[in-house]
Amino acid sequence: MKRAKSDRSWRSLVIAAPYLWLLLFFLVPFLIVLKISFAQSAIALPPYTPVFDFSAGWRGIENFFENLSVGSYRLLGSDPLYLLSYVKSLEIAAFSTLMLLAVGYPIAYGIARAPRRLQAVLVVLVVLPFWTSFLIRIYAWMNILQRDGPLNQLLMTLHIVRQPPVWLASDTAIYIGIVYSYLPFMVLPLYAVLEKLDQSLIEAAADLGCPRWKTFWLVTLPLSSPGLLAGVLLCFIPIVGEFVIPDLLGGSRTPMIGQTIWMEFFGNKDWPAASAVAVVLVCLLVTPIVIFQHQAMRKAERD
Amino acid sequence: MRRVTWFNLCAIVLGIAFLYLPIVILVIYSFNASRLVAVWGGWSTQWYAQLAGDTAIVGAALMSLRVAFVSASLATLLGTLAALALVRFGRFRGRLLFASMIYAPLVMPEVITGLSMLLLFVAISVDRGFWTVVIAHTTMAMCFVAVVVQARLADFDMSLEEAAMDLGAPPLRTFLTVTLPLILPAIVAAWMLAFALSLDDLVIASFTTGPGATTLPIRIYSEIRLGVKPEINAVCTIFIAVVGIAVLVASLLTKLTGARGTSARIEP
Repeated sequence: MKRAKSDRSWRSLVIAAPYLWLLLFFLVPFLIVLKISFAQSAIALPPYTPVFDFSAGWRGIENFFENLSVGSYRLLGSDPLYLLSYVKSLEIAAFSTLMLLAVGYPIAYGIARAPRRLQAVLVVLVVLPFWTSFLIRIYAWMNILQRDGPLNQLLMTLHIVRQPPVWLASDTAIYIGIVYSYLPFMVLPLYAVLEKLDQSLIEAAADLGCPRWKTFWLVTLPLSSPGLLAGVLLCFIPIVGEFVIPDLLGGSRTPMIGQTIWMEFFGNKDWPAASAVAVVLVCLLVTPIVIFQHQAMRKAERD
Repeated sequence: MRRVTWFNLCAIVLGIAFLYLPIVILVIYSFNASRLVAVWGGWSTQWYAQLAGDTAIVGAALMSLRVAFVSASLATLLGTLAALALVRFGRFRGRLLFASMIYAPLVMPEVITGLSMLLLFVAISVDRGFWTVVIAHTTMAMCFVAVVVQARLADFDMSLEEAAMDLGAPPLRTFLTVTLPLILPAIVAAWMLAFALSLDDLVIASFTTGPGATTLPIRIYSEIRLGVKPEINAVCTIFIAVVGIAVLVASLLTKLTGARGTSARIEP
């Protein structure tokens, strides 16, 4: 009896510590973002009104709700900068995810078909760059893509180009940077499913006279769809909110949404606008996750 | 029988080359005597020598290590508890919210995490500095820790714990003498991951840092925004070398402990 009681108090302690931490430092901050997105920008410290005034009691809370405004959201709708920024982020995320699939799938497939002993080494080799700093890897590309950097020197020596092309400050550079940084996130989930793929299914298809490309299209690809979906989500969602890559490699014409939040916050000091942009972004990103969850649950029901 | 086709071989070789070539080029350029990228001025270690005198960079690096150490340790503790709660406690009130809060930060854009953290610290008027960065990094990293430890706990042989309990060991003792040693490799791996994530982070740290708490990525970022610099090449090379050695040592260690673990397990 006594033991059951101490058991229960252990249990609640184990749950409570991480639970409270996440409530306080993950959920509450997000609610604050939501709250500030309905506030008005002001030249003050902190730079927004209204602020909760608990000392004024009920009147203070009432006052707060009266002063809530949807001004920031209206700004989002009226200034085309924001819409363009969202569109550009989604566009870059969509295309670079497709590129990641095109680059990552053959690598994952190749590793999964390699001799067993080699597979572990190859997986480590793919993951290893992930351990070096993200910033350093982007910086490495700044080196390479410079006007008189190694890439242009190579192209000039091989006489492929006459004039050194400009790589930096362009969408091309953003795509290169994203594909490079996110490659492990695409390769690993794909490898995980391809490695478990039953080889006899492919042999059966070949025995029945199915050409190789058709076997791939009808057998391998559908069977690897869980890994494919995981890889796509793991890449697409963070890429939409990417800040460092477009900031260092991209041009300044149309910022991605992560840059817009950064600029609103650090540059314009418009905290309500930055918060509203963030809230809309979260809503955009939550949708694919909910769809994914829904499908996973439906699949679980079927099995 | 597994066949290595030309296509597979090419995919692997090109893929690995794509991943490593930029890093190799960076390392080579850090030894370039010339300040200009276009000119190869011969081998030199002058940028490394200059670095040793750069107190701002050295200070930022030490700050980063301190932040990473403290936040990785806190994140490992909280994340392991979270994993235990998720795997072992079945259904409890608020489990769905708990699980969502564990998984959401994994894909949450860093800009939003950073922004929301900062707004919290402003709302409760806390001065920003070392501890605010530590809290922010702990929150982000503990979710990764929870996922790593959870995976290990999920394929854990429960009969070992039950045996200890049947023999009269109280829960805490069972945990410390049976469960903990068995999940220790995952906890160590998770700590390293949390450490690397903290060391790597620029965006969240930029939002939550204050005067006197400049981390290495913030410092590097402010230098390279204006273009490539040979001193930064040297910093990056040192960073890569340290990480490379750490990962090598860690994989050797896991190989040793992993070999012991599998020999103890009965092969199916």
